[in-house]
Amino acid sequence: MAQTVFAPWTDPVQKPLIEFRNVSKRFGDFTAIDNLSLTIYEKEFFALLGPSGCGKTTMMRMLAGFETISGGHILLDGQEISAVPPNKRPVNMMFQSYALFPHLSIWDNIAFGLKREGRDAAFIDERVDEMLRLTRMSRFARRKPHQISGGQRQRVALARSLAKAPKLLLLDEPLGALDRKLREETQFELMDIQEKTGTTFVIVTHDQEEAMTVASRIAVMDEGRIVQVDTPDQIYEAPNSVYVADFIGDVNLFSGTATARPVDMAAAPEPTVALDAEATAPRHDAALRDTVEANTATAQRLPAPDRKGDWLYDKLFRRFMGSRETAPRRLPPPSPAEVAAARAREAPARPADSAPAIKPGGILVDWADGQPPIIAANGDTAVAGEKVTFSIRPEKVTIDAEQPDRPNAYKGKVIDIAYLGNISTFHVELANGTMVKAQMVNARRLANRHITWEDEVWIGFSETAGVVLKD
Amino acid sequence: MRKAVLIAIPYLWLVALFLVPFLIVLKISLSDIALARPPYMPQLDLTQGWAGLTAFFSELDLDNFAFLATDDLYWKSYLSSLRIAALSTLITLAVGYPIAYGMARADHAWRPTLLMLVILPFWTSFLIRVYSWMGILSNEGTLNTVLQWLGVINEPLQIMNTPTAVYIGIVYTYLPFMVLPIYSALEKLDDSLLEAAEDLGCSRFTAFWLVTWPLSRSGIVAGCFLVFIPALGEFVIPSLLGGSSTLMIGKVLWEEFFNNRDWPVASAVAVILLLILIIPIVLFQRNEQKAREAEG
Ligand SMILES: Nc1ncnc2c1ncn2[C@@H]1O[C@H](COP(=O)(O)OP(=O)(O)O)[C@@H](O)[C@H]1O
Ligand SMILES: [Mg+2]
Repeated sequence: MAQTVFAPWTDPVQKPLIEFRNVSKRFGDFTAIDNLSLTIYEKEFFALLGPSGCGKTTMMRMLAGFETISGGHILLDGQEISAVPPNKRPVNMMFQSYALFPHLSIWDNIAFGLKREGRDAAFIDERVDEMLRLTRMSRFARRKPHQISGGQRQRVALARSLAKAPKLLLLDEPLGALDRKLREETQFELMDIQEKTGTTFVIVTHDQEEAMTVASRIAVMDEGRIVQVDTPDQIYEAPNSVYVADFIGDVNLFSGTATARPVDMAAAPEPTVALDAEATAPRHDAALRDTVEANTATAQRLPAPDRKGDWLYDKLFRRFMGSRETAPRRLPPPSPAEVAAARAREAPARPADSAPAIKPGGILVDWADGQPPIIAANGDTAVAGEKVTFSIRPEKVTIDAEQPDRPNAYKGKVIDIAYLGNISTFHVELANGTMVKAQMVNARRLANRHITWEDEVWIGFSETAGVVLKD
Repeated sequence: MRKAVLIAIPYLWLVALFLVPFLIVLKISLSDIALARPPYMPQLDLTQGWAGLTAFFSELDLDNFAFLATDDLYWKSYLSSLRIAALSTLITLAVGYPIAYGMARADHAWRPTLLMLVILPFWTSFLIRVYSWMGILSNEGTLNTVLQWLGVINEPLQIMNTPTAVYIGIVYTYLPFMVLPIYSALEKLDDSLLEAAEDLGCSRFTAFWLVTWPLSRSGIVAGCFLVFIPALGEFVIPSLLGGSSTLMIGKVLWEEFFNNRDWPVASAVAVILLLILIIPIVLFQRNEQKAREAEG
């Protein structure tokens, strides 16, 4: 596992391939791109993500040279390219509509750019064949674009834009026209091709799943500005704003006021394994019960030898020490992990006064009158006193029939259940009317599930599962 | 059943309005001139029964076609018509393509207006428009007056009654038939194709030459045939603008028919003209077919 992680953006020595420096683009008095700065590194698979009309295509067209910029600089390999016309840039674009030349065969479409470079016939032959193989289109080389399917056209468009081995390949919603299954397949194909060719890809998409799948980094855009640039997991787990949290995937948002957590609460004692075991003892299986008894009988401290120990005592020590009383034979005491697992299995209905182990620190978010504040142990205490939004993903919210043993637990009623096959999303209305989405993996068959519409339920989440965002 | 009726309608149309008249003309072209009414014989006399029919067919011959070969007026007229039609088609293309291109590139809001301007001349009678060209081109016409007034020329230009006037008349008359199909081809052209061409290393001009031009080819071909075919048989324009110096087969046909009242020879001229036209018509159909396939 000596593989180094690909993350040139963390390396200050790395020179970016593309650099936007305070770039603006205005159409008349409408500002499409607003003082935007961005760096993209070689071999990156960079995704521009944002709602329709936020300026993604405009960014692409500025990179390709089809739009002049109104202000700022675009650098490629450190060279200003704003004045270079499209046909002189080492950049190729795969168009949203594919833009295959309908009067030329697949082969001629792919060869088009190479012929303009004035390459010799042998080179062109070889390169086109290579591209056809790469995109698995060799069989269709002689066909015209209208004689192949949409998915195949998309691959030809890719082959054509890769044929000139550009430094940078721009893909504008390349998979928009494909159906879901083909799109997913093609995403992996794209990643594969990107890896094989080592080309830097910039992909535009409004489909956040697609961006998450293919990209090394994602730039989330909003009205001509970049809101966050980060790796997919960071964008998902640590969005820097309500906009990003809301745009990427499903999310529950609670707005409220932050307060620092009181110290006594922060210092809640870490419960010991023994305490845990005691509390849950009556409902544990036989093996566990044995250990519990052993632990409660610590006053007598009887030896508990195994078979070899017994044999040794019999043969050696009994002569001068006499017979002894031993504790009945038992299994070894459980490790803390085993206890935790057993607890999880049993889903104990803990008495409310026994506080669960909660990570100290962080903040509380007062989000509704008459509801306990949300404990966010990972919240920055610097925001105390400010208006914040607590954001949590539905898959981090659990749903139980009884009050769960979780730092944050709220009572509510199931309003709606969206059954999505592999998962179900429960829409729960809390006492104050707030709607919360909780997601559960459907491990059991539909008929076996016990929570249904109108049920009184508890939602719960841990103190570190959500993110506190400043408004 | 319904489908059969639907298919039958255009065929009935074709038989009634094309095949029957053609057969009549063909029959006349095989007859002989006569001082009678109608001015040819034999006449089919069905009262005689079978005998009448055989008598009728036995008198038909190819004499008129043989006659066409003896007088060089006819083949010279055919050749001259072909040349004038071909050349005016090329001129129409040269004038029409930029117009169509400009229309297709114009702002969307402007296109309906431009399109209407192109077909606006059809709102006036064709004859009136040709007569007004006479007014423009004649020695005392608008053009010469203006040019003389401007001092560009001293003597009036002799345009009227020359082939130049015929070319001007044909190009003017058939320009919309060239512009419309080319415009329709160019309008369908996706702008991103040109951007793709530039992206792949073309200059603006090579992008036009390698993408726009070939993709408007079906429109160009259609436009050329739509101009060439009627121009070949044109007789009003050469009669009114070309004077006696312009030989065109349409005019010859007119004169045979109405001045000489030699219906059989006129019909023979028409039959041969039709045979000549069949070649470009078939080619035109092929082009349409291919264009439709390429779109499908
Ligand atoms: N040529 C143009 N003229 C005027 N406005 C434009 C032009 N191109 C794009 N825009 C505007 O710029 C904004 C961004 O457009 P675009 O980059 O196409 O968005 P996206 O690709 O993210 O959907 C949109 O509001 C759009 O209306
Ligand atoms: Mg777009």
